[in-house]
Amino acid sequence: MAVKTFPMNDAYVGAPEKKYTLFMLMLGFIALMVGTLFGPLQSFNYGGLDLYPFLKPVFQSYYQGLTLHGVLNAIIFTQLFGQAIMVYLPARELGLKPNMTLAWVSFWMALIGLLIAALPLLGNAASVLYTFYPPLQAHWAFYVGAAIFVLSSYVSIYLALDMWARWKKANPGKITPLATYMSVTYWLMWLLASLGLVVEALFLIAWSLGLVAGVDPLLMRTLFWYTGHPIVYFWLLPAYALAYTTLPRLAGGKLVSDPLSRLVFLLFLLFSVPVGFHHQFADPGIAPYWKMIHTILTMMVAVPSLITAFTIAASLEVAGRANGGKGILGWITALPWNNPTVLAFLLGFLAFIPGGAGGMVNASFNLNQNVHNTVWIPGHFHLQVGTLVTMAAMGTAFWLIPHLTGKPLVARGLALASQWLWFLGMFIMTFALHWMGFLYAVPRRSHISGSPVAMEAFRDSAAWMVLNIVSGVILLIAAILFFYVIYATALQSRREPSQVMAEVPFSEVISKPEGSSLALLTERVWFWFGIAVVLVVLAYGPVLFQMFTNMNPVPGQRLW
Amino acid sequence: MEHNEHILERYERAWIFFGLAMITVFIILIGYMMLTMGNTNPVGAGRIDATKVRTEGNFANPRVEQVGNEYVAYVQGFSFGYLPAEMKFKAGRKVTFYITSPDVQHGFQVENTNINVQVIPGEIAKLSYTFEKPGEYRIICNEYCGIGHANMISKLIVEP
Ligand code: HEM
Ligand SMILES: [Cu+2]
Ligand SMILES: [Cu+2]
Repeated sequence: MAVKTFPMNDAYVGAPEKKYTLFMLMLGFIALMVGTLFGPLQSFNYGGLDLYPFLKPVFQSYYQGLTLHGVLNAIIFTQLFGQAIMVYLPARELGLKPNMTLAWVSFWMALIGLLIAALPLLGNAASVLYTFYPPLQAHWAFYVGAAIFVLSSYVSIYLALDMWARWKKANPGKITPLATYMSVTYWLMWLLASLGLVVEALFLIAWSLGLVAGVDPLLMRTLFWYTGHPIVYFWLLPAYALAYTTLPRLAGGKLVSDPLSRLVFLLFLLFSVPVGFHHQFADPGIAPYWKMIHTILTMMVAVPSLITAFTIAASLEVAGRANGGKGILGWITALPWNNPTVLAFLLGFLAFIPGGAGGMVNASFNLNQNVHNTVWIPGHFHLQVGTLVTMAAMGTAFWLIPHLTGKPLVARGLALASQWLWFLGMFIMTFALHWMGFLYAVPRRSHISGSPVAMEAFRDSAAWMVLNIVSGVILLIAAILFFYVIYATALQSRREPSQVMAEVPFSEVISKPEGSSLALLTERVWFWFGIAVVLVVLAYGPVLFQMFTNMNPVPGQRLW
Repeated sequence: MEHNEHILERYERAWIFFGLAMITVFIILIGYMMLTMGNTNPVGAGRIDATKVRTEGNFANPRVEQVGNEYVAYVQGFSFGYLPAEMKFKAGRKVTFYITSPDVQHGFQVENTNINVQVIPGEIAKLSYTFEKPGEYRIICNEYCGIGHANMISKLIVEP
């Protein structure tokens, strides 16, 4: 090895996008670390154990902590991870550089927006939870900071589309490579999906500055959930993209079908957005038939996830058999479970199956009435965003940080342990939360451990409460192990040239796009984007028009 | 390999077909339940000026009214409680609830029933329910409404 001649400090020379990606990624993980710290406190709360009195000098209430948990994990971390992955993958795949000036603009916008929003959050002036439903009114800096943060994603949209356009120009008539196709559809979906949040932010900024006296709470909810459902695909699709384009290779196999993988992303572009009313089944003021239309569309958006389950499972089977696995289930044990990245994905997908089934319950109009706003709901989405999305990110960090920095992964054993514990903890926690919500109507977002009235009301669920405490402890240990591993990796001074030179582990495919009529069909991205817009206009237009023309403003309140 | 690919494609098609069939069944079931299970899904019964809820109209006087063989209840969910403080109904009679809020959003979930309402200031929610089993039912606020949210638990009584 040519150790001596390797320029230690210049891992990024010739590849400045690596540095950009590393910064986005690490900022996201820092947000996740702070946000996750509150998770165990919330689990303890639902175990009847209240630690907030001890935090009083720093954090004023359970709800302040819960706001930080929701905002940092679900809004900040997820977006930064998307901005890292969904710009870096196409850049590597196409062999192009993103516009580096704008890439750094997006990083600084994200950081500055985050810092502006952090001030009122830390000062207990924005304890409105991550859904910030009016008329609860936060300090204006919260809305302004959040808006700048979200707008930084628009720069990322440009970065991805610009690379795609340059490649297209140089390769006329060719089919877009797979990871790039995924990135482009992902960012276009977000362009359409984020509009609700952006319009809502305009109202809330004006309102918190006192420029308007009130906002219409139902309209704000509707705008929020217009973005609020597709945002879960905004969180999920980087994990899917990594599962399609890297997992088969990491597991020792190939992706079975390229065209089908494109179809999945195209379906998300089409059906992600016009479904938001399924979060408003319990709302008055939206007619039942509109709720029904969104229910049907919601069921449609299960299709791409069903296809994903098939394609990923089939690709893993190919891998398992290539590794020598025999028999009906032998391929499963033959997968490289001792590779921390593969392990993280495998466990994440395992949790995703009950998560998807629960999602169908939530989306069913009538069944929803039994679980709406109970702890069933956080139980549900920790199987998805808390497990698959987060584990895909953690697992990817195990190869991506070495790839970006040239620094080898330290403490591989601890990395493996962190994933097993995370999975175990989430499994126990979500199990307990589902049943507490379903059987005992225990409400979510409720500081029950601080309320004798509530503890008395829910004492029948005591057995499940114990599980919450257990899961909180397990998850705390898992989180400590994970963050130790990635920081120890990123902060060490050892670099290995072989790590820097390593390529992104893009998977080979069995069924190729060339000559596939499906691939040709999906390639007409702008046409499909137009269809997506039309669907949204049909599913939302009349209701939003009605709401915008009949606003019923309500003044703000600060009740925390 | 060529051969395997074809088998795979067949499974793939079967799986997608199965998925679509399942979804169709789901949609039909949901529609059927909607039509037959009576409607406890809250609908809008007009809008109201949230700042006047406490002083004008039906909600300024939160109450349960008996109308013939049925009940009508005007309910306020506020930070942090419900008015009227105590509601009583006879089992087996239909109750129509009208619910709104004078301040921020709340929840109105009645345990052991499928009553579950997002209470939104400015909107009047309406739903009907017939309590068959006598007893005490807790009413739980399941939307964050401020520092006292966890205490926002009340009850209604169904008499035989
Ligand atoms: C150590 C790991 C974690 C634990 C123990 C944990 C625990 C919890 C609990 C018990 C709740 C319900 C709180 C309540 O309703 O009062 C909650 C809410 C939530 N969690 Fe986590 N969580 C963890 C990690 C994560 C991760 C990784 C994400 C996302 C990336 C996440 C996203 C959320 C969101 C969005 C909410 C809803 C907040 C709200 O209702 O306003 N959590 N968490
Ligand atoms: Cu949703
Ligand atoms: Cu309340």
